[in-house]
Amino acid sequence: MNYCPDEVMEHVFDFITSHKDRNAVSLVCKSWYQIERSSRQKVFIGNCYAISPERVIERFPELKSLTLKGKPHFADFNLVPHDWGGFVYPWIEALANHRVGLEELRLKRMVVSDESLELLSKSFVNFKSLVLVSCEGFTTDGLAAIAANCRYLRELDLQENEVEDHKGHWISCFPESCTSLVSLNFACLKGEINLTALERLVARSPNLKSLRLNRAVPLEALQRILMRAPQLVDLGTGSFLHDPASEAYSKLKATLLKCNSIRTLSGFLEVSPRCLPAIYTVCQNLTSLNLSYAPGIHGNDMIKLIQHCRKLERLWILDCIGDKGLGVVASTCKELQELRVFPSDPYGVGNAAVTEEGLVAISAGCPKLHSLLYFCQQMTNAALITVAKNCSNFTRFRLCILDPTKPDPVTLQPLDEGFGAIVQSCKRLRRLSLSGLLTDQVFLYIGMYAEQLEMLSIAFAGDSDKGMLYVLNGCKNLRKLEIRDSPFGNKALSDDVGKYETMRSLWMSSCEVTLEGCKALAKNMPRLNVEIINEDDEVAPSSDDRQIVGKMYLYRTLVGPRKDAPWYVEIL
Amino acid sequence: MEGCSKNGETRPQLLDLIPKEREWLVMREGERSHGSSEEKKLELRLGPPGGEDWSVAKNNNRELDHESLLSLGYFSSMANNQNNNGFSFLHQFPTKTTPQSLPVIGKESSQPCCTKVVDLQSAAEKKAFSSPAPAKNTAVPNSSQKRTAPAPVVGWPPIRSFRKNLASTSASKPATESPNKANSEKPVEPSRKKNLFVKINMDGVPIGRKVDLSAYDSYEKLSTAVDELFRGLLAAQRDSSAGGIVNKQEEEKAITGVLDGSGEYTLVYEDNEGDRMLVGDVPWHMFVSTVKRLRVLKSSEVSALSLGSSKQAKILA
Repeated sequence: MNYCPDEVMEHVFDFITSHKDRNAVSLVCKSWYQIERSSRQKVFIGNCYAISPERVIERFPELKSLTLKGKPHFADFNLVPHDWGGFVYPWIEALANHRVGLEELRLKRMVVSDESLELLSKSFVNFKSLVLVSCEGFTTDGLAAIAANCRYLRELDLQENEVEDHKGHWISCFPESCTSLVSLNFACLKGEINLTALERLVARSPNLKSLRLNRAVPLEALQRILMRAPQLVDLGTGSFLHDPASEAYSKLKATLLKCNSIRTLSGFLEVSPRCLPAIYTVCQNLTSLNLSYAPGIHGNDMIKLIQHCRKLERLWILDCIGDKGLGVVASTCKELQELRVFPSDPYGVGNAAVTEEGLVAISAGCPKLHSLLYFCQQMTNAALITVAKNCSNFTRFRLCILDPTKPDPVTLQPLDEGFGAIVQSCKRLRRLSLSGLLTDQVFLYIGMYAEQLEMLSIAFAGDSDKGMLYVLNGCKNLRKLEIRDSPFGNKALSDDVGKYETMRSLWMSSCEVTLEGCKALAKNMPRLNVEIINEDDEVAPSSDDRQIVGKMYLYRTLVGPRKDAPWYVEIL
Repeated sequence: MEGCSKNGETRPQLLDLIPKEREWLVMREGERSHGSSEEKKLELRLGPPGGEDWSVAKNNNRELDHESLLSLGYFSSMANNQNNNGFSFLHQFPTKTTPQSLPVIGKESSQPCCTKVVDLQSAAEKKAFSSPAPAKNTAVPNSSQKRTAPAPVVGWPPIRSFRKNLASTSASKPATESPNKANSEKPVEPSRKKNLFVKINMDGVPIGRKVDLSAYDSYEKLSTAVDELFRGLLAAQRDSSAGGIVNKQEEEKAITGVLDGSGEYTLVYEDNEGDRMLVGDVPWHMFVSTVKRLRVLKSSEVSALSLGSSKQAKILA
């Protein structure tokens, strides 16, 4: 490409925004690698231990936006100890030391200390956007630092973090001069918030488009806030409780009539179903609705609400909607693309909140559905086969039967055939989570048909190493594999060790791999970190290689064993 | 799955496996063999976790083999009718089931304790499994054949901690049954373990009762309790007010509809600010934290009283 000046190539590359594509571009030739790296502003690091901050900074001098992920996915379900790792401080320190012009930081499953937040807030003049998802380790003091020091802050988005709440003063730390907020989400905070400061902040933020409140914000305050911000596109209510006959409630209803830009609605962290009619007008234009945090809304109230939501594309809901309710969703929400049904009673005694019937109804009624997370009491092969026929567009299909090894209740067969139908029909499937009674057969199907599969979650499934081998040998695009409580051992683990360098990570817990197998793997593959997590005090580490390993997490890395692992993590 | 191309190679292998299934049925109470895992299969057991199941199974081992072979026969013929997937997974059924009656088997297999042998063995043997730890498997008390909740497994179902707590604040299950208490973060609502006795009086009944609100976690349960507390007393009052005529046909009438205004009586309470409020508007935990005493009033009289909020009139309308 000698006849094409670099500036032109750079201009062309500006149009290439996806990480995958830019990564591919950088591999074409040295010249393109150089052009790409010097113009790249957004970098995504899927595993913070795969690379060091220094090397990232060195390669991408124009870095403005960094996304980092820390702990493995199963950390969400308490399978990973809290101090396992994923500390962001070294990254922020390195970025500060190298005077990177950081404007955006997005973290997922990382440990974020108040010191990190303070350092962040003081080191980057143009810092604009902080998004923390499923993180922990900080308090509202850290948020106060961000509020006080980030003069041009546009986005502060806290999703499902564990935050120690020192009570609401942080919101008062936004200076009067801060008028740039576009997005503010503090729904996950559990403590009180200074309502006056919040209202004044909203009043001086004309660009505010997204606001998600926590449960300490009562309905009257919500009304006053909405008066100031009728332009909101994304609203998360706090507490939605009031006497429907009161003046405050009628005021809210009237105010909501003026908020005709709202397209995304969530919250209802406390709710009285009798207050729901206030949002019916908003429902007409909603494309995204999340009621999954709302306890105490019964099926019928949910159904009444859903019937107003004809334009819904994304719905997150609790299973008390029931199969009948899902039928209403199917007939009302023809534009539905993503559905998540969460369990309202996870350890319940077979209240049969939703079953395969609801899912079949949805698949029949919602032709655009491509992303599913479904917690249910039971599933049948026939239903899955029907779903596969109705909806071949799935990119994400995550099914969780509350009883993890339950067979098809009608035929008592394993669910191999059902999932097999799904992978055969859905050629664009990228993410799959299995549950129910499953044998090696389902893995054969997955290996054969799931060509685009990138992430697979397995629990209590399979009979032998063959299962895991089918997957490793068949799924060429596999990036993340997480397995728990399944009978896969050393033979499966060490069959094709090169495979792991093409993947981000592999998690195996309560399987049948032994220390011997893990050690052999680690020895042969220096560019993998093989971590053994063993919190059990009773077991002397590395005493007997034939012992079965409780938890193993391996991932490819360019920087060798990490130095911040706690005492119970052994890196082979 | 119709139309699914069968991998011809696997079928002979699957059929080969069937005779080996006898091994599965043999109760392996000893340690599991380590090392090569090719022949290792994870055994599933039906029946509750705990020692009793093991001894039952041991004693009936021979019978079980026989019965399971029968089941085998049943299944393989069934399987042939379906998708020619000769492989059918075996469960070890308790001796009470007869293999022929499929519905019964169906119920059995939907039993909870598809907890893996891993769980049971780690409880029994204290191996180096880091999960599930023995302490966490003690929760399921029910050993009947009825449908019971699956024995709690660490990290299952795969939902985040705050969602578990969400469920426990609103569901009928008390928060203490959450198996991951040891692991999960502090619950959103602090569980109220101390006794919360409040007085409760009913119109027409001169003697009041006391009720411990910490024993309930929903309005429905409280409503039931009210019925239980006062049904007999109310009937007795009616008898005595009828002039002492003992009318055996006058059965005790259930007290219902106290929460939604549909019954003869309505449940109200006095809160910590001294106001009289209708029961049922706020989440349970909030109610419990503000209630000072309860009253069961005649629905017709509720509107006549000066109540704490005007919503009551709306309710009765």
